[in-house]
Amino acid sequence: MNLAYRDVRHSLGRFIVTCLGLSLLLGVVLAMIGIYRGLIADALELVETIDAQIWIVEDGKRGPFAESSRIPLDTKDAVARIPGVVATGAVTFQSVETQYGQSKRRMYVIGYQPGQLGGPKHIISGRGLTGRNFEAVVDHRTRLGVGNQIQLGRNTYSIVGVTKNAVSSGGEPAIYLSLDDAQKMQFDLSPPATRRERARGTAIASSGSTVSAVVARISPNASAEHIVQTIRRWKHFSAMTEEDQGKILLQSVVEKARKQIGMFTAILIMVSAVIIALIIHTMTMDKIREIATLKLIGAPDRVIVALIVQQALSMGLISFGLGGVLIFNIQNVFPKRLILQPTDGLGLAGVVVIICLLASVYGVFTALKVDPAKALAG
Amino acid sequence: MTQAPTTLISPDPLISIRDLSKHFGEGSARVDALRSVSLDIFPEQVIGLLGPSGSGKSTLLNVIGCILEPNSGRMELDGESVYDGHWLRPNLRQLRLEKIGFIFQAHNLMPFLSSIDNVALVLDLAGYNAIEARKRAAELLDYLEVGNRADAMPASLSGGEAQRVAIARALANKPRIVLADEPTAALDSERAGIVMDLLRKLAIDQKAAVIVVTHDEKIYDRLDYIYQLRDGVLDIESQEDS
Ligand SMILES: Nc1ncnc2c1ncn2[C@@H]1O[C@H](COP(=O)(O)OP(=O)(O)OP(=O)(O)O)[C@@H](O)[C@H]1O
Ligand SMILES: [Mg+2]
Repeated sequence: MNLAYRDVRHSLGRFIVTCLGLSLLLGVVLAMIGIYRGLIADALELVETIDAQIWIVEDGKRGPFAESSRIPLDTKDAVARIPGVVATGAVTFQSVETQYGQSKRRMYVIGYQPGQLGGPKHIISGRGLTGRNFEAVVDHRTRLGVGNQIQLGRNTYSIVGVTKNAVSSGGEPAIYLSLDDAQKMQFDLSPPATRRERARGTAIASSGSTVSAVVARISPNASAEHIVQTIRRWKHFSAMTEEDQGKILLQSVVEKARKQIGMFTAILIMVSAVIIALIIHTMTMDKIREIATLKLIGAPDRVIVALIVQQALSMGLISFGLGGVLIFNIQNVFPKRLILQPTDGLGLAGVVVIICLLASVYGVFTALKVDPAKALAG
Repeated sequence: MTQAPTTLISPDPLISIRDLSKHFGEGSARVDALRSVSLDIFPEQVIGLLGPSGSGKSTLLNVIGCILEPNSGRMELDGESVYDGHWLRPNLRQLRLEKIGFIFQAHNLMPFLSSIDNVALVLDLAGYNAIEARKRAAELLDYLEVGNRADAMPASLSGGEAQRVAIARALANKPRIVLADEPTAALDSERAGIVMDLLRKLAIDQKAAVIVVTHDEKIYDRLDYIYQLRDGVLDIESQEDS
């Protein structure tokens, strides 16, 4: 006879309400883990999409994402001549905020030379850029579609294609322009600013020659490390491998946010643990008389411990399941990406089991101290 | 009052107590709940325990039921020496499961189990398989005339029905010793009579010893002996011929 099950069935309403409450809490924990994973994935997404093994940026800089970087466009030609390099590209990056309809949108402008490295990986609708001016390809998370027009700087661009997996380390969706357009937008000042600069006699740098970074893909049997060393000897550049770039992104760009979310998740797990312990303790206190009676009629401790532990575990796991289903179903409502990995889910389930067991210790301790004579008190 | 009951029925008492004392607290707060109590109870006896409030009746029952440790004296239950200045057996709960049935004033049924499962629970703990346990539980409920309420939950039972289910539970594992603390207090005189008849039947059928704590004069004539506790001192009060 399973006493835990019988007791739950007897007060089913209360058990369900408790589980629902707890499921919200565990759902939030799961969401935090998902946000954490999403943050890391977003940070690395662009590097993975560009899929170049070598990054060349301004000397002494850890760019182009962690720090700004400007290097001459013709660096690309020099890199292309290094043995082992099979493809190159020159790219610019810039965050912009623009008006679209009624809403302000933040986007990450990526300029590249169509046909070379740095462009969108998969076009999911429309077509890629061909080199014509004032055309753009956007990430689907901009919620823009083929045929839409968007104002950037002084020019209006028509969207010819939609891609995916292109988002800045801060989570801003990308908009791809041709390198020319991107450079113009980057260095073109608004008319009043241009007048002011002219009045001050400052020469406006000819923008055509400058890019944020040069990227290179190498042949499978070439050594990325070796090529990076070669470029570093040229003195005026910093060069790094794709792996270095990933490390920089995780360490400097999202490190604080990552720690913040990690800490917050840890605190939430602790809060859940305390709440679960209290619930189990209350559940036990409500059954003190029954527990005393069980002892009186000769039930061994094992029966009493099973009653408490089984209820605690089923409460924890049912709540976890409900919370998981909830978050899984609303994950797309979150403004930034949520990544729910089965391993994280299993990990949290394990943590919940451990919490429930630890929390039961308190309840079990109380139950085992109960004096069987309590059952006799009228 | 007549001679001590020791030699009347059987030379082997089921409950045998010598010079048992129990006090609570120390110094000025000390309460002597039992003072050198000696008592023998034999199979097939139903004895009553009377006394004013605070005289030590529940304390004596709890000591015999091995849920309260006395301070000194000796105690044997069913031929086994269980206390001699200290408990002689590590697993008192097992002893209770095997030998002792408790009936409480408040019936103390598990609120989340039906009548039949409340009874079957004890059998389950005693190692019966589920089918046997339910079968015997059903028989017991029939025996106590609450078979028609077998599937009812305790909350929906009347006081008398709940008390009879509780008695069925106390009797389920065929205990040789039944301890009842005011079992009829919640019942009308007719129901109280039925309960006493049942305890009597049990005492005879299972050669058990039954101790009933009571204030209820209606049932005095159904008891073999009546012991009186006053300030922790036990006296035999009367002996009925039955
Ligand atoms: N756990 C305890 N701690 C301290 N004193 C106690 C405890 N249990 C009982 N007593 C005291 O021991 C004495 C005997 O108590 P007991 O409960 O045995 O009386 P009783 O005869 O059952 O009374 P009643 O008829 O009211 O149930 C009382 O003075 C009581 O206050
Ligand atoms: Mg009492």
